[in-house]
Amino acid sequence: MSETQGESSKSLVEQVKTSIQRMPLFPAGERDRLRATVSNLILHIHPPKVEQRALRFSYTFGLGGLLIVLATVLAITGVLLLFIYTPSPEAAYDSMIALQTEIRFGNLIRNLHHWSGNAMVVVGVLHLLRVFFTSAYAPPREFNWIMGVSMMLLIIAANFTGYLLPWDQLAYWAITVGTSLLNYIPLIGEPVTRLLLGGPEVGAATLTNFYGLHIAVIPLTIFGIASFHIWRVRKDTFSVPRNLNEDPVSRKDRVTTIPHLVNIEFVFALVMLALLIGWAVFVNAPLEEAANPAHSPNPAKAAWYFMGFQELLLHFHPVFGAIFIPGLGLAGLFALPYLERDQDVVGIWFQSTAGRLLTIFNALAGIGVTILLVLLDEYWLDLPGWLPFLPSSISNGWVPTAAILLALILYADFLKTLKFKKTEIYQAIFTYLFFAFVTLTVIGIFFRGEGMALVLPWN
Amino acid sequence: MTQEQEKTLNRRDALKVLWTAAGALAVGELAFVGYKFLSPRKTDGEFGGIFNLGQITDYPNGSVTPIEAGRFYLVRLEDGGLLALYRKCTHLGCAVPYEPTLGQFVCPCHGSAFDLDGDVQNAPAPRALDLFELTIQDGNILVNTGKVIERQQTSPANIVNI
Repeated sequence: MSETQGESSKSLVEQVKTSIQRMPLFPAGERDRLRATVSNLILHIHPPKVEQRALRFSYTFGLGGLLIVLATVLAITGVLLLFIYTPSPEAAYDSMIALQTEIRFGNLIRNLHHWSGNAMVVVGVLHLLRVFFTSAYAPPREFNWIMGVSMMLLIIAANFTGYLLPWDQLAYWAITVGTSLLNYIPLIGEPVTRLLLGGPEVGAATLTNFYGLHIAVIPLTIFGIASFHIWRVRKDTFSVPRNLNEDPVSRKDRVTTIPHLVNIEFVFALVMLALLIGWAVFVNAPLEEAANPAHSPNPAKAAWYFMGFQELLLHFHPVFGAIFIPGLGLAGLFALPYLERDQDVVGIWFQSTAGRLLTIFNALAGIGVTILLVLLDEYWLDLPGWLPFLPSSISNGWVPTAAILLALILYADFLKTLKFKKTEIYQAIFTYLFFAFVTLTVIGIFFRGEGMALVLPWN
Repeated sequence: MTQEQEKTLNRRDALKVLWTAAGALAVGELAFVGYKFLSPRKTDGEFGGIFNLGQITDYPNGSVTPIEAGRFYLVRLEDGGLLALYRKCTHLGCAVPYEPTLGQFVCPCHGSAFDLDGDVQNAPAPRALDLFELTIQDGNILVNTGKVIERQQTSPANIVNI
């Protein structure tokens, strides 16, 4: 009886309001704050309480959160673009022109979408680096690393499928080159490429295929995995930053997620959004002339995030440059959290003093050796010419790949004799290979000119 | 009693297997339907069909004639031999233009070069340019763009002589 009286004493407006949002929007007491986190659909992916030190900005740099901001911007601008864009070879390029000339804010929306997509690749890699160099992927967080690497691949796939949609020269030839890489996978390469392209060459069917992947399949998959990924962060607890040689901290200084974490996230998101919009106002997304299947531009370059692979392709037989070497790198990345670990360094940047020196050394070595090898191969080394009796898959594939693998194994062995810990050696090899790949990417973007010859960008 | 129990357990196991198999079958069916649904349709029409290029005498020795619609070059070698070279680079699929000053096909994407036979003159292309089947009927040149001939390098059998 008293209950019904309580209900009726509420105004109808009040009743509707509480039926939607049960907790106050800005809860005051600690108990209410905890309950508000748990009972809110969006906030419940956070734990109700977090370790205060895990909130330190110089630990995470807010990179995971920034990815969510970018994904949200992409979803909103993407839906807007859907209303304008027609996925057919006859109309696609006209939609681009319409965005630039007729539609109000058309250019801004396209720019925002373009730059957010590209930023996701960069920020995704930075997030991966942050997690790697603080050893935050170590058990029990192995599977979250796997999900993260998978999403990184999906982000690249989303960028790649989106790259074709403007149907300009840039798009057409980057996708032609990119999908031709798949052709080299033994056995399944050709049927998979045919399925993806919807025919023998990039054409109308390719555009509709990529459109479907870009607007539905890939974003939904990312959304699913991302939800799992963030929920796992909560379940595994945030990794906590530590100073060198500091013991794993006990969970003492825990603070409520509301307002401590939520406030940081909100302010950070606003600042990043402002920067992004500022950038999109002043810098236009590229658009070349309409696609012409008869004329490859010179030089025809892949999308910038594939420049490292393109550079590999100039030096190795395609099976190795496009499939074997990247496949090996990827396998290593997936296997990383399951490798044997001989020390607990979760939360310590670069693991130890020795680890820090080793990281700097390997970053510099990765850059230096790569530049040296590229120059050597360009001006002196000519394995197919020296070994004319071998097919190019051996002389330009097995031979240089085996040489590089052998050098890496010997190097890892040498580090072992210097009494470095296993985890430090993983870190050294990863750093070396990562910076080698970044160097290849930079060479591909800036130092390759007409006919893919080495040029200086300032000439 | 124990036999009874074993019997029921066995039946339960059998059902489990049957239902799992039914589930696997359903997934398989859906995957097959999905694959067939998404498979490329057969391309009819221009590219992929047979091109009649007219009389041989129209093409002098040592000439390279681009056939835009067929995406190939008709090459008449110095000795009069004929080849239909698919313009798609065997490296990564770029359209390879003919450079008359060099007498070579030079790919703008990664710098592969091919001679008039289609043979690789400069890596990274792993093999010679693909050919389309070329036949001669009543002095007319017929090129079937539906039949791609892949080869490592040009052999005399690839060149059609009159």
